[in-house]
Amino acid sequence: MTAGSNASVLVSERDGFRVLTYAGRLDAVGAGRVWKSTMWAARQRLPLIFDLARVTLCDTAGATMLVFAEEAQGAPARIEGATPEIEAVVMRVRETPRRPVHEAVSRAQTVRQEAMTAYRDVSDVIVYIGEALVALGKLPMRRRMWRGADFWRTADQAGVRAVPLVLLLGVLIGLILAFQSLVPLRRFGADLYAADLVGISLARELGPLLAAVILSGRTGSAFAAEIGTMKVNEELDALATMGLDSMTMLVLPRLVAATLVMPALTIIMELAGLVGMTMVLKGFGFAPVTVWNQIAYWVVAKDVIGGLVKSMVFGAAIALIGCRAGLTTGVGPRAVGISATRAVVGGIVASIVIDGLFALAFYRLNV
Amino acid sequence: MSALPQPAVRGVGLSQIFEGRTIYKNVSFEVARGQVYAILGGSGSGKSTLMKQAIGLLRPAAGRIEVLGRDMYGDRGAGEDDDVLREIGVMFQSGALFGSMSLLQNVMLPLEMYTDLPLAGREAVARTKLGLVGLADAADMNPAEVSGGMTKRAAIARALALDPPLLFLDEPSAGLDPITSAGLDRLILELRDTLGATFVVVTHELASILAIADRCLMLDSVAQGMIAEGDPRELRDSSTQPTVRAFFRREAMA
Repeated sequence: MTAGSNASVLVSERDGFRVLTYAGRLDAVGAGRVWKSTMWAARQRLPLIFDLARVTLCDTAGATMLVFAEEAQGAPARIEGATPEIEAVVMRVRETPRRPVHEAVSRAQTVRQEAMTAYRDVSDVIVYIGEALVALGKLPMRRRMWRGADFWRTADQAGVRAVPLVLLLGVLIGLILAFQSLVPLRRFGADLYAADLVGISLARELGPLLAAVILSGRTGSAFAAEIGTMKVNEELDALATMGLDSMTMLVLPRLVAATLVMPALTIIMELAGLVGMTMVLKGFGFAPVTVWNQIAYWVVAKDVIGGLVKSMVFGAAIALIGCRAGLTTGVGPRAVGISATRAVVGGIVASIVIDGLFALAFYRLNV
Repeated sequence: MSALPQPAVRGVGLSQIFEGRTIYKNVSFEVARGQVYAILGGSGSGKSTLMKQAIGLLRPAAGRIEVLGRDMYGDRGAGEDDDVLREIGVMFQSGALFGSMSLLQNVMLPLEMYTDLPLAGREAVARTKLGLVGLADAADMNPAEVSGGMTKRAAIARALALDPPLLFLDEPSAGLDPITSAGLDRLILELRDTLGATFVVVTHELASILAIADRCLMLDSVAQGMIAEGDPRELRDSSTQPTVRAFFRREAMA
């Protein structure tokens, strides 16, 4: 293997044999140069002769090429002029067990496999939700397995530490929404109704949804990575052999923590949004008192409560999805990363889908 | 392989210090081409460190190391001499296989980077290498799915991918069963004989050392350096150095 690797092959015919006369170094680089000509010659169906008299070196890569050509042709070739060392290498490669180079998997097969995987995934999810509910029901009997410390740590991580981000995002969203809606409303002299627009949309939709996006990105992915790393390190197996239920010990504290912090995050998000909106309206000449009166009149309790109920469901869904992504982590260095991605994407998508279902239910119930 | 007379590896006055702690100092040795050279020593004596210096991963605190006639830490910076790097194969202690690829793809990677072989050619060569180390049937598995011994053998197959004239193996037989370990020893001798490859092997498997090593050097953490160099069988029979004697007789030091 040097930069000066050179190899050549001369193809000729003699007495009904295909003669391949090689020269130079038949190492991996050299074999790369003459591989195609060799295989072309081997496919001509004539028995092969390898003339190796002018080969200076033949390693296992070169020998593999010769053996591969023999196999393509169908019969062992005659080897001429090889030094004992080269002959030994070729013999060694001939004797080495080697699986055939394989063909691509057919598309139909891939589709069938993917469909099976999808089906299994769906049934796994149903089983998983059932297991979580059973674990919740059995919790009074398994009080020792409830990790209080885990719960408080998660609540702190998912809730308290998310507050600055929630505040920032809330104020910005309030500012932007108020500004964007004020300009067109002003044409109709309805400027002040921007307060209702922003207030209602924050309370019913944006507050819970944005909080869910933050929770999914900060916490869902963290759940997946934590539990996924535990899985990779066989810690989950260790728990199982001690007779401890990972659903109760790991999933429940996270589930409860995420469910409980979400209404708080949502409220903070909404208040921050209203502050942002008030700032804009103030700039347009409305006193804060006017704005707050307007909101207090139009945004009613059921808007806020409906939003908070939704946010708890989002929190539960995100926690369950994040933990499941962790528990189903595969093997290898990429597995934890894949799990974290699945947690974030799954959490956000699930929140929006659930939000749609809530919209439908609220409409039917006339809430 | 060129017929140059220079040794495959030459270390002159090598030292290593980690955070003020001397690992070894003034280690000099020569590995002749076509030899199997063993680096021995107890744990913590710096065997793997010495190997890291030789393969260009760790600049020595003092001294110089030449691999295939070129200074590893010369003008081109630490371990940046691509030509040398292409002519050495390294098997790391843990295997260091890429976990996102199958064993086959691990072995195919260097072939893809450094040769013009078509896909079928790369795969055929890679399958030959895996066959050589007895892994023909495991080629399509992922590193995480195979046992520790199979990981080591796959790592050797990857080190062999380009049939380098010089191979560094860090503890190839540690943690392997005696049969697999003996198979590896045979493979190393076979590769040396058929390809004329040179091996530098870090090990403390006594049976393996005596079976394959042409020469060896022994490092010692107490002496902070080299305490013996030579043919391992001679060292076993006639060394007067107490640590060397204890090592070869598997005795605890008094």
